[in-house]
Amino acid sequence: MSQTIVLPGDRLYLPESSFVTLGPGIASSSRSGNSTSDSLIFIATKLGVLSSVKGKEKARIWVETRSKRYIPAQKDLVIGTIIARHADGYRVDIGSAQMAQLDALAFESATKRSKPNLKIGTLVYGRVTLANRDMDPEIECFDPSTGKSEGFGELKEGLMVECSLQLCRQLLKPKYPLLLALASQVKFEIAIGLNGRIWLKASSVGETIALKRVIAGVNEGKVKVEKDEIVKLVKEYLA
Amino acid sequence: MPRDIDPPTIQRDFVLKALSEGKRLDGRLPLEMREIELEFGAELGCCQCRLGKTAVLAQVTATIVKPRDDRPYEGFLLINSEISPMASTAYENGRSSEDELLITRMLEKSIRRTEAVDREALCIIAGDKVWQLRLTLHFLSDSGNLLDCASLASMAALRHFRKPEIEVIGDEVIIHSPEERAPVPLSMHHVPLCVTFAYFENLPPILDPTHLEESLCTGTLSITLNAQREICVLSKAGGSALAASEMMGVIRVGVDRVRQMVATVDKALEKDRSIRVIEVR
Repeated sequence: MSQTIVLPGDRLYLPESSFVTLGPGIASSSRSGNSTSDSLIFIATKLGVLSSVKGKEKARIWVETRSKRYIPAQKDLVIGTIIARHADGYRVDIGSAQMAQLDALAFESATKRSKPNLKIGTLVYGRVTLANRDMDPEIECFDPSTGKSEGFGELKEGLMVECSLQLCRQLLKPKYPLLLALASQVKFEIAIGLNGRIWLKASSVGETIALKRVIAGVNEGKVKVEKDEIVKLVKEYLA
Repeated sequence: MPRDIDPPTIQRDFVLKALSEGKRLDGRLPLEMREIELEFGAELGCCQCRLGKTAVLAQVTATIVKPRDDRPYEGFLLINSEISPMASTAYENGRSSEDELLITRMLEKSIRRTEAVDREALCIIAGDKVWQLRLTLHFLSDSGNLLDCASLASMAALRHFRKPEIEVIGDEVIIHSPEERAPVPLSMHHVPLCVTFAYFENLPPILDPTHLEESLCTGTLSITLNAQREICVLSKAGGSALAASEMMGVIRVGVDRVRQMVATVDKALEKDRSIRVIEVR
């Protein structure tokens, strides 16, 4: 597909909504004042490149943007810092305009009697459960369908790196070569938040710093995402 | 009041652990500075300085005003250094935070009070007309160590600036436009520059702290030095205590770094001079 740049307010000509799933940056509204058809019209709400992926049943379409400010959306995986505690939960900074709420019971096997006790300044990995513009966002640290943590919860040790929202989205693509190239050199754990935060943990401080520098370099556009170059850089940073 | 959110606890633990191994997050040595990038604008006296992601733009302008009655031979040097929210969300318009005040006062001390610019050379007619220089600083982005970046940008801009050539015939002053006669550089006594060290408990000091290091450190020490090994200003506002013997070591490192910085500024000015057309003929 050739790249199309859209501006906020641009009309998009897409197939009927039953065939596509709309992602961030596209709004739909019913056509008013036209009695002949009740079809929907689609309007871009962000500046960016129109991107699409063919899914199993429906194609997914969204507007790929370069932004720094995170706007919460449901089901996004995010990394946040706990900045306050109150009786029935925590307030978490996830980089959005409003602080997110984290319920004290939204953890694996948490009950009213035994619930995790997190200190201020703790880093947590969670999922956005509620995001609309009139309310504070809410996040949870477990999968409600299984009741298990599924990797969510407190992140211990390691280092948090901030990067662009676009890089975080790309890192989550299975075929993006950066993580594969890094993993061929260093053993590490990683958690990627869609709010522009990445948590890293390697076995030594030197390795973690090397990984951080490669990611920061890619984020600033100074490093090309090619396997040979990244492998060379990691070796150089580790030396 | 908007305030930066404290970094997560693991960030602090990691930085301290790395520093105890002598490593920094951007791969620098403890006493290594970030690379200095100087960029001169289209006009004379306009200089942008970048230290990593920290960026400050300095602009010098000159006007003719009447001198003070008690100092008829002296020109003026005014420094405008308000930090706008453009630098970081931690700063607010119209209300200056404690950090901002410290930076402003330190700049004032290290540029104006050290008499870097020869103010008597700004005199045109004693008691009647003198040059007033205005140094405006725009803090574009705060990624730690705004002070050193601002002092570098200021000194580079002051050395880059040229005031119009003037001619005095009797009581009349003729200001020649740059097209008529080449403007003349300011006369400078010396080039004082700031170096900032950050201290952590039981760890050796680090030079040129980043934003994260600044927010975690127990105290900072800023020294203004010149290439002639003179200490112009020394400021240590609170924080952990320091032994006198430690101070000497830090100052030695500072002198060395300031010499390198002055050399960098010289080189950048030289390069700019080779491409800029100032002479008329």
